[in-house]
Amino acid sequence: MNPFSSETRLRDMIRAIRACKTAAEERAVVRKECASIRAAVSDNDNDYRHRNLAKLMFIHMLGYPTHFGQMECLKLIAAPGFPEKRIGYLGLMLLLDERQEVLMLVTNSLKQDLNHTNQYIVGLALCALGNISSAEMARDLAPEVERLLQFRDPNVRKKAALCSIRIIKKVPDLAENFVNPVASLLKEKHHGVLLTAIQLCADLCTVSEEALEYFRKKCTEGLVKVLKDAVNSPYAPEYDISGISDPFLQIRLLRILRILGHGDADASDLMNDILAQVATKTESNKNAGNAILYECVETIMSIEDSGGLRVLAINILGRFLSNRDNNIRYVALNMLMKAISVDGQAVQRHRATILECVKDSDASIRKRALELVYLLVNETNVKPLTKELIDYLEVSDQDFKGDLTAKICSIVEKLSPEKIWYIDQMLKVLCEAGNYVKDEVWHGLIVVITNASNLHGYTVRSLYRAIQTSGDQEAVVRVAVWCIGEYGDLLVNNIGVLELEEPITVTENDAVDVIEVAIKRHTSDLTTRAMCLTALLKLSSRFPSCSQRIKDIVNQSKGSLLLELQQRSIEFDSIIEKHQNLRSALVERMPVLDEATYSGRRAGSLPAAVSTSQGNPLQIPNGVHKTAAPLLDLLDLSADDPAPQSSSGPNFLQDLLGGDILSSVSQSGTTQPQKSGADVLLDLLSTGSSLAQNGSSTADILSISQDNKNKTSVNALDSLSSSMANSAQSLPASSIMDLLDGFGPSPTVPNDNGPAYPPLVAFESSSLSLVFNFSKQPGSPHITQIEANFTNKSSDIYTDFIFQAAVPKKSLVMRIRISYKLNNKDMLEEGQISNFPRDL
Amino acid sequence: MIRAVIVINDQGKPRLVKFYDYQPVEKQQEIIRNIYSVLCSRAENVSNFVQDSTFGPDTRLAYKTFATLYFIVIFDDSENELAILDLMQVFVETLDKCFSNVCELDIVFNFNKVHTILDEIILGGQVVEMSSSEVVKAVDEISWLEKNPNSTARVPKSISGWQGR
Repeated sequence: MNPFSSETRLRDMIRAIRACKTAAEERAVVRKECASIRAAVSDNDNDYRHRNLAKLMFIHMLGYPTHFGQMECLKLIAAPGFPEKRIGYLGLMLLLDERQEVLMLVTNSLKQDLNHTNQYIVGLALCALGNISSAEMARDLAPEVERLLQFRDPNVRKKAALCSIRIIKKVPDLAENFVNPVASLLKEKHHGVLLTAIQLCADLCTVSEEALEYFRKKCTEGLVKVLKDAVNSPYAPEYDISGISDPFLQIRLLRILRILGHGDADASDLMNDILAQVATKTESNKNAGNAILYECVETIMSIEDSGGLRVLAINILGRFLSNRDNNIRYVALNMLMKAISVDGQAVQRHRATILECVKDSDASIRKRALELVYLLVNETNVKPLTKELIDYLEVSDQDFKGDLTAKICSIVEKLSPEKIWYIDQMLKVLCEAGNYVKDEVWHGLIVVITNASNLHGYTVRSLYRAIQTSGDQEAVVRVAVWCIGEYGDLLVNNIGVLELEEPITVTENDAVDVIEVAIKRHTSDLTTRAMCLTALLKLSSRFPSCSQRIKDIVNQSKGSLLLELQQRSIEFDSIIEKHQNLRSALVERMPVLDEATYSGRRAGSLPAAVSTSQGNPLQIPNGVHKTAAPLLDLLDLSADDPAPQSSSGPNFLQDLLGGDILSSVSQSGTTQPQKSGADVLLDLLSTGSSLAQNGSSTADILSISQDNKNKTSVNALDSLSSSMANSAQSLPASSIMDLLDGFGPSPTVPNDNGPAYPPLVAFESSSLSLVFNFSKQPGSPHITQIEANFTNKSSDIYTDFIFQAAVPKKSLVMRIRISYKLNNKDMLEEGQISNFPRDL
Repeated sequence: MIRAVIVINDQGKPRLVKFYDYQPVEKQQEIIRNIYSVLCSRAENVSNFVQDSTFGPDTRLAYKTFATLYFIVIFDDSENELAILDLMQVFVETLDKCFSNVCELDIVFNFNKVHTILDEIILGGQVVEMSSSEVVKAVDEISWLEKNPNSTARVPKSISGWQGR
């Protein structure tokens, strides 16, 4: 026998642990104790088992592992004496749980104890069973517990009732056995038994439909009467809590009435009187009274409507809302959230009070009130509510700002009546709390901005002002930089000024200043700096006079340690310096980003291969494996080889440099650039032969970058890589120069599943013919794959072969341009293909 | 249903821990630590309810401060919050009657008795008895039986009936 453990009394051990000054000391003491207890356990020490288990329970409470004591519990439970049993059961409940197999061994002891003559031992067994029984134990011992529901002693009866709750939760099939005993228990006088019987009844109703029906028919009236007695009963000291007799019982009764009356008009009728009485007569200056009123209101809201009662209930809630006690207000807000679905109008009346609660000093109340406000907002009240919330945003606590910002943003997004208001509100939010704003939010803002073409000037000027004042909010900087890059010319030339704007003069250098500041600030992160570089590229085209200055700024990032920035700056610098002819086409105004698909994409994720275009007829180019990479094959292949499909080179390019870039790259060809007419097409096509390659390389590079304003870019990137993988094309990742020199052929995988369409002779000339073969993939009927076969009809060799195609959004035509070198002479062929099959 | 009853002191040391809804030991300790960090940052006159997803889905927490102890009850939607506040009051009053002017040390050194009292009030996550005098009667009986364990075998039915249950 280890002297240490057997002689240390529980008290002494506790004192020793409390005397420890550091956690390490405590661990050492506990370790020593555990070691000696383990020794005693293995020695099978009877005398001090009781004490050891008590020590183990204390140690367990502190959080240390104590599984070696589990068998001790069993041995103690099996002992005949009461103290041993009590400690054994206590230990059982604390140290074990229903998942341990050891628990099965207890079943036999439990059975014996449930049949014991001493009611306290029976009580112990019921308590243990009620707290941790597993399903098998429940099944085994259910008959005993059922019998105990009629034991002579009310203490045992009430515990048996609660134990039964656990049994039917674990084994719902046994529910019907308990229905009859419960019906008789509901007529009890003893409050404890009545309370537990009601709880058992409530659980039976949730578990079994038949039980619910049975109780509804037989017991509703009886319960109503009991409630009446409870409400009207005279002063009874043992059940009195702050002047109200037995509020718990009343609350439970109200709850069971709620369960019985829900969805059933007759039962609800029976309850109307008593509910009205409770609602009007209960005193509401004490917590107990308020608790009863709260339960009453919940019940009224759940049962079938009977006019006056609902009004009464909402009035009570209104009173609660103006109560000074925080708990009451919290509870009222809770209740109002449930009441909105029942009677939204009534809740709207209290909107002002609820708005006040958003500004409360209590964090729980603020949170509740904010959720409630979010549910209350609709088209009519969105403007004043948003104004209030934004005003509050300025003064709110840091930890609340995140929630508040998220809610304001989603309100604004869902319900904004007009775009200019949306933009204004979002700007305010960004200026105030831009650092808490999630990425989707400012992505969404940019989508909306591009769609509001008449507001471009206004937007970019507001953003210019905003970035002067709130340059520390990252989101503001990003949106502003993007807009200035995109609409810089509007800013400088004061285009599209609305009447409400104040005049502002911004020179080109000012605009470049803003971006320079953003890129140089040490708090700007990678995304912001990358966006700045892109914006600078755009500005270098829009403001040719600042080109040199921009070039200098871009050059400063050439040595950046971040790969992204380095890559961008080198390439952009190269474009600025050497490729001025294509620069303007590269950075033309972005097409409008499609709001519907953007929000649809946000709402549900878009797998790469699914196109969400709304039946846009011109799927072909986008459904086709895009990228100009295939073109590279053409450079040194003879024209006889089947080449993968034509790419919409310039279209593709447009999308590249802005938002929905890779959507057109991927098979989900949602947004397509707008082409106003053939001339524009031709313009694009005339930007030189290297355009397509540039496109592809920049696509590649930009695709890897995070230059995208939409979250879709990430999806699209995946789709890009997957589509790359699918098509097994090796997209050249090298610089522009390499591409111009041609590249090795890449294996192509034409898809020819799906319905067959007749091949189309797209273009025919004396020296060249072009045939399109269409195919659809089985799973995506709105995407068509086109395989283009070029045939060299002459006997010469064509080199530097480039095929370009452009498509307008609306109609099913394609303008093509083919340029090649024949005996070192540049040849050019152009044409328009409009005879695509109708049903494509 | 009530998920847990926890008593911690104002330095975060647990004094009574009872979970009615199984949680592994590490999770229990983590919950206790979370509760402590939430509670010690609460101001004085705010509401007694906290809703936080760290305690579990759809659960909320009610707490009351008595001297140096926080009494915390974690429960789900099916319980009336204001009634839980009254329940905590009943629990503390009962403790007071059983230990005459209870203080933290009483709870520390007599935690099994406190558990017994709690088991008389809450069983399996449901309230079993809310009259503190009834609970005190039962607990006194149990203590008497503890001190006279040999009499367990000799208590015939008639005497327990005579003691007026």
